[in-house]
Amino acid sequence: MATQNVETNKKKKKKKGKVKWSDLYTFSCLRPPPPVNRSDFGHPGFSRVVFCNDSGMHKTKPYKYPTNDVSTTKYNVVTFLPKSLFEQFRRVANLYFLLVAVLSVTSLAPFSPLSLIAPLVFVVGISMLKEGVEDWHRFLQDLEVNSRKVKVHIGNGKFVDRSWKVLRVGDVVKVIKNEYFPSDLLLLSSSYEDGVCYVETMNLDGETNLKIKRCLECTLIFDNEQKFDKFKATIRCEDPNSSLYTFVANLEFGDEDQLDSSYPLSPSQLLLRDSKLQNTDYVYGVVIFTGRDTKVVRNSMNSPSKRSRVERKMDHVIYVLFFMLLLISLITSIGSVLYTDQPQTTKEWWYLRLLDDTDASFDPDKPLISGFLQFLRALILYGYLIPISLYVSIEVVKFLQAMLINNDLHLFDEMSGKSVESRTSNLNEELGQVEMILSDKTGTLTCNQMEFRKCSIEGISYGGDVNEIVRAASQRMNIDIESYRFNLDGADSTPRDSIEMVEISSDQNKIDLNAEKGIQNLGVMAIKGFNFRDDRLMNKMWLHGSNVWDMIMFFRVMALCHTGIPVENGEETSSHKLKYEAESPEEVTFLIAAQEFGFQFCRRTQSSMFVKEIDPSGFEVEREYKLLNLLEFSSSRKRMSVIVRDEVGQIFLFCKGADNIIFDRLGDGGRTYQHATTIHLANYAEDGLRTMVFAYRKIEDSEYEKWSSTFTKAKVTIGHEREELLENVSETIEKDLVLLGAVAVDDKLQDGVAECIDKLAQAGLKIWLLTGDKKETAVNIGFACSLLRHDMKQFHLSLSRDAESKNQLKAMKDDILNQIEASYQVTVNEKTKDDPLALVVDGKALEIALTNDIRDRFLQLAVSCASVICCRVSPKQKALITRLVKRYTGKMTLAIGDGANDVGMIQEADIGIGISGMEGMQAVMASDFSMPQFRFLERLLIVHGHWCYKRISKMILYFVYKNIVFGLTLFYYELYSKFSGDVLYDGWYMVMFNLFLTSLPVISLGVLEQDVSSDICLQFPALYQQGQKGIFFSWKRIIGWMGNGILTSLAIFILNVYILSLSAFRQGGEVVDISHLGVITYTAVVWTVNCQIALIITHFTWIQHFFIWGSILCWYIFLLFYGALPPKYSHREFGLLVEAVGPAPMYWIVVLFVVVISLLPYFIYMVIQRSFYPMDDHVIQEMKYGRKIVVDDETWLREKQSSRKATHIGFSARVDAKILHLKDQLHKKRMFIIKSITSSPIRRSITISTLENRD
Amino acid sequence: MDALPRPKLKSKKPKYSRFTQQELPAWKPILTPGWVIASFVAVAILFIPAGLLCLSASERVVEIIDRYDDECLPDSYSNKGDSFIQSKDTNKTCVRTMKVPKKMTAPVFIYYQLDNFYQNHRRYVKSRSDKQLRDPGFADETRDCKPEDNLHGDENEPIIPCGLVAWSLFNDTYILSKGNKVLDINKKDIAWKSDTEIKFGSDVYPKNFQKGELIGGGELDETKPLSEQEDLIVWMRTAALPNFRKLYGKINSDLEANETITIVIQNNYNTYEFGGEKRIVLSTMSWIGGKNDFFGIAFLTIGGICLFMAINFILLYVCKPRPLGDPSYLSWNRNPSGQ
Repeated sequence: MATQNVETNKKKKKKKGKVKWSDLYTFSCLRPPPPVNRSDFGHPGFSRVVFCNDSGMHKTKPYKYPTNDVSTTKYNVVTFLPKSLFEQFRRVANLYFLLVAVLSVTSLAPFSPLSLIAPLVFVVGISMLKEGVEDWHRFLQDLEVNSRKVKVHIGNGKFVDRSWKVLRVGDVVKVIKNEYFPSDLLLLSSSYEDGVCYVETMNLDGETNLKIKRCLECTLIFDNEQKFDKFKATIRCEDPNSSLYTFVANLEFGDEDQLDSSYPLSPSQLLLRDSKLQNTDYVYGVVIFTGRDTKVVRNSMNSPSKRSRVERKMDHVIYVLFFMLLLISLITSIGSVLYTDQPQTTKEWWYLRLLDDTDASFDPDKPLISGFLQFLRALILYGYLIPISLYVSIEVVKFLQAMLINNDLHLFDEMSGKSVESRTSNLNEELGQVEMILSDKTGTLTCNQMEFRKCSIEGISYGGDVNEIVRAASQRMNIDIESYRFNLDGADSTPRDSIEMVEISSDQNKIDLNAEKGIQNLGVMAIKGFNFRDDRLMNKMWLHGSNVWDMIMFFRVMALCHTGIPVENGEETSSHKLKYEAESPEEVTFLIAAQEFGFQFCRRTQSSMFVKEIDPSGFEVEREYKLLNLLEFSSSRKRMSVIVRDEVGQIFLFCKGADNIIFDRLGDGGRTYQHATTIHLANYAEDGLRTMVFAYRKIEDSEYEKWSSTFTKAKVTIGHEREELLENVSETIEKDLVLLGAVAVDDKLQDGVAECIDKLAQAGLKIWLLTGDKKETAVNIGFACSLLRHDMKQFHLSLSRDAESKNQLKAMKDDILNQIEASYQVTVNEKTKDDPLALVVDGKALEIALTNDIRDRFLQLAVSCASVICCRVSPKQKALITRLVKRYTGKMTLAIGDGANDVGMIQEADIGIGISGMEGMQAVMASDFSMPQFRFLERLLIVHGHWCYKRISKMILYFVYKNIVFGLTLFYYELYSKFSGDVLYDGWYMVMFNLFLTSLPVISLGVLEQDVSSDICLQFPALYQQGQKGIFFSWKRIIGWMGNGILTSLAIFILNVYILSLSAFRQGGEVVDISHLGVITYTAVVWTVNCQIALIITHFTWIQHFFIWGSILCWYIFLLFYGALPPKYSHREFGLLVEAVGPAPMYWIVVLFVVVISLLPYFIYMVIQRSFYPMDDHVIQEMKYGRKIVVDDETWLREKQSSRKATHIGFSARVDAKILHLKDQLHKKRMFIIKSITSSPIRRSITISTLENRD
Repeated sequence: MDALPRPKLKSKKPKYSRFTQQELPAWKPILTPGWVIASFVAVAILFIPAGLLCLSASERVVEIIDRYDDECLPDSYSNKGDSFIQSKDTNKTCVRTMKVPKKMTAPVFIYYQLDNFYQNHRRYVKSRSDKQLRDPGFADETRDCKPEDNLHGDENEPIIPCGLVAWSLFNDTYILSKGNKVLDINKKDIAWKSDTEIKFGSDVYPKNFQKGELIGGGELDETKPLSEQEDLIVWMRTAALPNFRKLYGKINSDLEANETITIVIQNNYNTYEFGGEKRIVLSTMSWIGGKNDFFGIAFLTIGGICLFMAINFILLYVCKPRPLGDPSYLSWNRNPSGQ
């Protein structure tokens, strides 16, 4: 013991630095770099030369490389104006407005130039301002990144803080723990003796586990600041490229003994910008790539500007209107020419004197020119058909909508103090049409936090309270858990099981009651990563179990079979609890759990592991285990083993791994608990827990000796068969295992994720999971958030080993294609058509499946599956899938993610959402909306999306209607004025129309309209499908509204002309002139369009009332005011209302009459639709408000239930499936009981009583 | 894995207001059958009596229309109206008679009606100078008046009133007589008050008017200020449509039924060239103005349609009622397979 302590003390000096990782990691670290033809250096593609520690060399050409200053902005001060103006006038509509504005300065224009130029300046200005502000934010973020500090070597072994942007190629930098790498670095040395360091590449690929980087042995000596004084080396490497996983370079290093020897470098020496140093105190590195040469910057894409579908469709509507505009302009100009051109006409219309001192627009000598001028004038005059005010209003409305979203208290997260933020307001309505959600896993669905939840030792399950699905199902079925339990385990449950079940079921109520309390208690005594409650295991209670030996072995596996290391626990030294760090977060949870159970792993040395154990006698002892070998985890092995020798000298192999792998390797004597464990594993997996099976084996010394020698031989083999060899050797020792049990770890979901997914699924949204994590993890999460369930048919697409090893594209393609075809056959098969299907795709298989020729087949299959999970996908693949899904299905896609690896996907999707709660802002910066938690998606889509979609659709349709009504009355008047281009209305009326008289009601419609309130939206997710089907902005509707506009304009104009022409309209005998007809028609238009919007709106707050009726009132006020101006300003409108039309009863009656007739067609349409073809929102409105139904009403609940889209994913769907399953089981059980009653009369009395209880 | 205490975040919690939470109290009208029927009935109830009222008012109006452009053309000129009207030698006097069908109570309004005359042609409409008409100081404001701006193109000789509108002033005259008694035609107050008082200056006198080579229409008394030239003022109020009436004068005495009115027309105005028509109209007034049967009938028609709709809907709701909020109309109940 004493010697040991001395040794420990000695070791403590250099803490964990002493551990030689290269010895522990038998596989990956010593893997030889892939063979590269080094002779390429100096040739194109491999021309980069880096003079280490001599950045001065890089100040001049040819070695001048870009600075480390990264800029993501689109514009700078100089280019902003021309570039953004160019962007703006690429829109056809804006170009038209520009043309009009230019023409308005000439004498052609019927209106004042200001009324045409001002709105254009407004629209373009707003858009440019938005661009500018966004770019400014980008600039600020760049500034923040560029001015981060890093320690740079300035000579003489001195390191000083410099900002990132001044970093040059060749600089030697020192990066401290938890810092990001400022550029792509070559690792020289680290705080560890053997030059390894841990890197978190979350921002690059989304993987949360730590990666090990390792420096060359020759640079190991530079582990001290002073030593860099003399460091000189040259790196020849490939040119900058975007491949994250390759790096080809040579280090030429002038050693004292070995001058100019050259060492090959591999990706494992390359530290990439934006990845983070972890678990390592510091590293030294040389800057190789800077700024835009770095791999991460080369991987980033320029953020595309997105436009919503509604807006794109609106463009088509604009084209239709533009066509209409051209048509009527053409009619006008041709008509005008025809009247002007004929020689006799010009003579006949003597009072026009067309031949004298002619106006260019009416020159009989030059009919073409005058026709053209008339055409231009008509283009401007009828410009009301293509309203620039529409763009202005949409900008305003979307801004206000975004403000409402940002201010929604229901979208505020108390925990992070953040709220959902709409970062680009032009996609609001897009939220109401989403059909497909592509979600990242880590950080988005999960908290990136593992918890130890359950374990099964010796066939007994611990820590198991009934999961929520079962609870919900049993509540709905009104049966108690007890009967479920019996059913689940059936007749074959061991006696011990039954006891346990009874125990649990009797405690059930108590547990339920305590659940709330428990959560509170947890806050005090919760141990991070350990969410386990079972008194049978805690506080050494397991010592009273029947088979203590296996228990101990189980805990030993837990405490020894890992790669973790304990770390000093700063604050809680008194509690003697340690914290751990390991390659994967699962291992950490195991270590923590082991510590809680009394097996504290306290330290690791080069060759030994020390564990404080609880002896069967109940005392704590510290034991040393000699670590003989570590057989590492790999994706193909799916298991990990350690071979240790305990203090007595016995050799054990502890193994943990995937269940099927371990079960295959059990010895005959080791299968005692296999059956029970299998059942438990199935339950755990269905709950979405990540499971792992523990087993051990005792190895005889002789066998070990023999094996060890072959293993060593394999280890020193060089070449690519080495890996296979090692695997084969490992295989020979990992056999005849004894099963101990299983553990279940929970990858903790974020709050409300399951419920949110449930609601979204009911709303008809498909959810695809795209994750960089491995398949098992992804599938687990699929279960946890109910994307998968056990009765689902799962298709797994992955490359078979055969095809993979051959590495031939053709073979791999065929392989994948066959798999796809086979799966697709199942989906189209009649019998299985309605079965829930799920597709799980592996990254490599995906790469093949997305190649040009088979991706259609793949997407076809994917779309027909209820849920799709893609694992091991790279950021680029995420973006690619998003793009393909978007293109292939034509469906609206939404991508949600939190890390830099999701940026591509976020930018590619129709809507990108960034999770803002976590570290790293890249996703948020690239996103259109940011939210602190996944669960807010539900309200954002189902409530705000639904509303915004309806609002914008209604608003655009109404706008089209309104402007057709107004614009066409102008045209009809031409028919009555020889196409001369005369205007019925005063110039100010024209300006007023879109500015004051009709704008505010539309904006109130666009901002405040609600078909149903938010809680009903949430209760009836089916309403969301209205948006998915796009029924509110369909061509049917657009044409309908255009037709309505044409009808209304005709009604207004014709009625006014017929009623008011010829005979006097006042008792004083006065007849109408242009100004009278103009003002009466205009009044009718103002009333009609404002009353029309009142018919559209279904939700009147005082604001709508105020705007609508205020607009009409505003018209009269304007008229009064305008008429009161001296005739110099008011021209022919002088005193119009007061003197002429106001006192005439005809004026008021005509307006009333015309308005009623104009609205009648729409009203009748509306009545017929509502009465005979009501839409869902109509019926729900009626149910809610019309009949004053209480919300608990049976019909209400029933409809709420049935409105859910039939879906196979989501919590509710699982509960439904479970109920079916349980009913089936219950039935079987009853049959069994009935049988047993008949067969064994002795049990009659007992069973009858049980039956009674049960029913 | 570290449990560092989270730095206190600046909470951006939105402030509660009913507006931002979109919880403003709102009226959510639902188009129930009751509403539908009520609104149709309301329109019907409003429109049918209104239509009847208008129709009866229109019925009370007595209107005599006489087209005289072709009748006043001597047979020898039957196809050459323009040469007849342009000749200085032809006798333009024409006598027409008309019978009063019903008693016309004073005041009886006399209109001239022109058809196919485009007073609303853009070139025509803008060929005037309101400033010049209003204020003697702006006599040379004739920019818009081309080609009737200055006499012989001399800028110092502006035409007052300038422009095509004034130039083409209607100049037929009517003398009405009942039996042998000439009816006094009151030509005062036939124009809008605002025109005579404000828009046409009482100190602006015609000048150089109709002195050019081409004579358009009527001439003006150069001794009277424009504000008193009410024929011009009426004419200058350009009509909105190519068929229009303009007030000629008023007769302040009743015309009894069956009386014969003789009209002596000076047929001066050239409508022959462009195929226009000229009519003289005598009309009484009601509260809706002149005779306007269309209006009343349109009112009645729409009222009738609404009544018809109302009845139809009542019948429909009685025969085939759709209970309000009937869940069977929900899309997921209608075609469950479509999901």
